[in-house]
Amino acid sequence: MNKPVNQKAWLLVVPVFICVAFSAILPLMTVVNYSVQDIISPTQHVFVGTEWFRNIMTDPDLRGALGRQIIFSACVLLFEIPLGVGLALAMPASGWRASAALVILAMPLLIPWNVVGTIWQIFGRPDIGLLGYWLNSLGFDYNYTASPTAAWLTVLVMDIWHWTPLVALLCYAGLRAIPDAFYQAAEIDGASRFAVFRYIELPKMRGVLMIAVLLRFMDSFMIYTEPFVLTGGGPGDSTTFLSQYLTQKAVGQFDLGPAAAFSLIYFLIILLLCFILYNWMSRVGKGGPAAEGDEHAG
Amino acid sequence: MARIEFQNLAHAYRPNPATLDDYALQPMSMVWEDGGAYALLGPSGCGKTTLLNIVSGLVKPSEGKVLFDGRDVTALGARERNIAQVFQFPVIYDTMSVFDNLAFPLRNRKIPAAEVRKRVHEVAEILDMTRDLPHKASNLAADAKQKISLGRGLVRQDVAAILFDEPLTVIDPAMKWMLRRQLKKIHQQLKLTLIYVTHDQVEALTFADEVVVMTNGRVVQKGGADALFLRPDHAFVGYFIGSPGMNLCPIELDAEGARIGAQRLALDTDTLATLRHAHEHANGSLTLGIRPEFVRLAQEGEAGAVKAQVLRAQQLGNYQLVTAQCDGHLFNAKLEPHVRVVDGPAWLRLAAPETVFFCNDERIDARISEGAAR
Repeated sequence: MNKPVNQKAWLLVVPVFICVAFSAILPLMTVVNYSVQDIISPTQHVFVGTEWFRNIMTDPDLRGALGRQIIFSACVLLFEIPLGVGLALAMPASGWRASAALVILAMPLLIPWNVVGTIWQIFGRPDIGLLGYWLNSLGFDYNYTASPTAAWLTVLVMDIWHWTPLVALLCYAGLRAIPDAFYQAAEIDGASRFAVFRYIELPKMRGVLMIAVLLRFMDSFMIYTEPFVLTGGGPGDSTTFLSQYLTQKAVGQFDLGPAAAFSLIYFLIILLLCFILYNWMSRVGKGGPAAEGDEHAG
Repeated sequence: MARIEFQNLAHAYRPNPATLDDYALQPMSMVWEDGGAYALLGPSGCGKTTLLNIVSGLVKPSEGKVLFDGRDVTALGARERNIAQVFQFPVIYDTMSVFDNLAFPLRNRKIPAAEVRKRVHEVAEILDMTRDLPHKASNLAADAKQKISLGRGLVRQDVAAILFDEPLTVIDPAMKWMLRRQLKKIHQQLKLTLIYVTHDQVEALTFADEVVVMTNGRVVQKGGADALFLRPDHAFVGYFIGSPGMNLCPIELDAEGARIGAQRLALDTDTLATLRHAHEHANGSLTLGIRPEFVRLAQEGEAGAVKAQVLRAQQLGNYQLVTAQCDGHLFNAKLEPHVRVVDGPAWLRLAAPETVFFCNDERIDARISEGAAR
C-alpha cells in the first residue's frame, strides 16, 4: 500500500520539540558540558574527559551516601506501601466518615516540606519536644542530634508520616473503583476475607500501586529538604543522603565538574531503578505463571 | 435445585415504610417452580435487581420469608444459600487461570483436589471451554468471561438456582444469540431453576417459560408470551410488551354508551354492562387497550370504529406503521404494506375481539364476542 508522503507533519512536531529542548535537553546538556571540562574562569576551560567521573566514583563520601540512600529508599517502600494499603482497606467506603478520613489523611501532604522538617525537629527535641520529652521520660535515651540511630529513625518516621497518606489515597482510589459485583461474587463463591484481598483487591490495585511505588521510590531517592532541616545530615554524616552530598559538592565547595558528573550518574541510577521496578511489577501482575494450581489441562 | 417460594415478601431500603411507594419491592407472594426458566422483565429501577439479590441472599428482605424447598432461608447469607449469580459485567478473578477461576468456589469450601479437578472438567465440557482451562482468564473475550462466571455457579453440585442479572449487556449482538442458545441447552441438560433479569422483552420471551413483568417495585403479571401479548393483566404490561406497545386510551361512559372524548364508540350491550359494573364498583377510570397488530381501517359508521385523523404512514418493509389521532389520543396501527393509506380523515376499528379493557389499570373481564363486533 502506498502511503502519501507529507513532510508538513514535521512542522506540527516542532513546537513540542522546542519546548522539550528548552525544558529538558538544553539544561541537561549544560550539565554534560560541565562534567567533561574543568572550568577555571568564565573565559578559561579545559577538556578533561572522564576525569571527574573517575574522581567522584572513588570518593568514599559518595559511596557512604549512596549506601545510606539505598537503605533509606528500601525502608521507605517497605513500610509505606503495606501501611498505605492497610490504611486504605481500613478506611470507611462512604458517608461523612469517608470524607473526614480523607481530609485527615491528606493533611500531612499539604504541609510544605521544610515546615515538615521544622515540625519534627521541634517535636523530637528532648528538652521541649512532645515526642523527645516523653520518650526520655519513659526511659529511652533519645536524642537525634547525638545518636545516629535516633537520627535515622526520626528521619524515617517523619517520611512515613509525611508520605504514607499519598500511598493510602492512591490505594483508596483504586479500591473504590472496584464494582460491587466483585464483592458479591466473592461472597457467593464463599471466599474468605483474605482471598478477597488476594484475588480481587490486590490485582485491581496493581495500577495504582505501581504509581505509588514509583513515586515513593523517586521522591525518597531524591530526598533533601526534610533531613536537611531536621538533622542537617548529621550527626556526623549519618543522615547525609545523595542530594545533600551533591549540594555540598556543587554549592558548598563549588566543585562544579565532579558535581555535574555525579548529577548525570544520579539521574541514570534513578532511571535504571525505575525501569527495573516498573518491569518487575508489570510482570508480577500480568504474566506470571499461568496456573498456580497443580492443574494443567491438556 | 430447589423450588423457591416468597411468603409476603417485601423490601424497603428506608426504615418504617408508610405507603406502598416507600417500598423498593411491594409485598408479594410468589413461587418459582423447581427447574423452571423465568425471566424478570421491567424498566430500569423497577426492583428487578433487588428481587434477585433477595433470592441470592445479598439483600435481606425487610418483611416476609424466602423458602427453598420449604426451608426458611431468609436469615442465611449468600454463602450459605448455594445460589449462583452471573452479573451484568463479567466478574472473574484476573490473576487466576480459567481452571482456578472455576475451582475457586470448590476450593473455598475445602473440597478435595481430585473432586475439584473432576467437577471443573465436567463443567468446562458443558461450557465448551476445555481448551481454555490453562489460560489466563483476564485475556478472554467478554462472552467467555460470562461463561466462566456461570461456570463458577455450575461447579457446585448443590446449587439451588442460577440467577442472571442482565448478563448479555456487554456481549456483541452476534454472540448474544449463541450464548443464549447455549444457556437454553444447559438449562435443558441440567434442569436448573433459572431466573433471568432483563429489560429486553425479546430476550425475556425467547429465553423463559414464564415471564414476570415488574414495574415500580410491583409484580404486575406472571405468564407466558401469549398471555402477556393477548391478555395483559395490567395496562403497563400492554404498554411495555410489544413494539410499539399497546394503544391505550381512556373511555367514558354515559347514558347512551361509551365514547372516546367526543367520539362515540359503539359497543355491544354485554361489554357495556360489564364496563358499567366495573366502573361503578371500583369507581375507577376505564381504559381501552388494543395492540397495533389488531387495529384496522373500517367503513364509515362501522360497529366498534371511531373517526380519526391519519397523521403519517411509515413503510417498514413487511408492514406499515400508521399513526392516527382520535380526539387528542394517538393510535398506532400495523397494517399490511399494500393497504392504501392517505393522510386525513379515516375510520379505525378499535373495539375488536382482541380489545382489552382496564379499570384503574387492572384488566377487567370484558371481551367483545366475535359476532357482536361485526
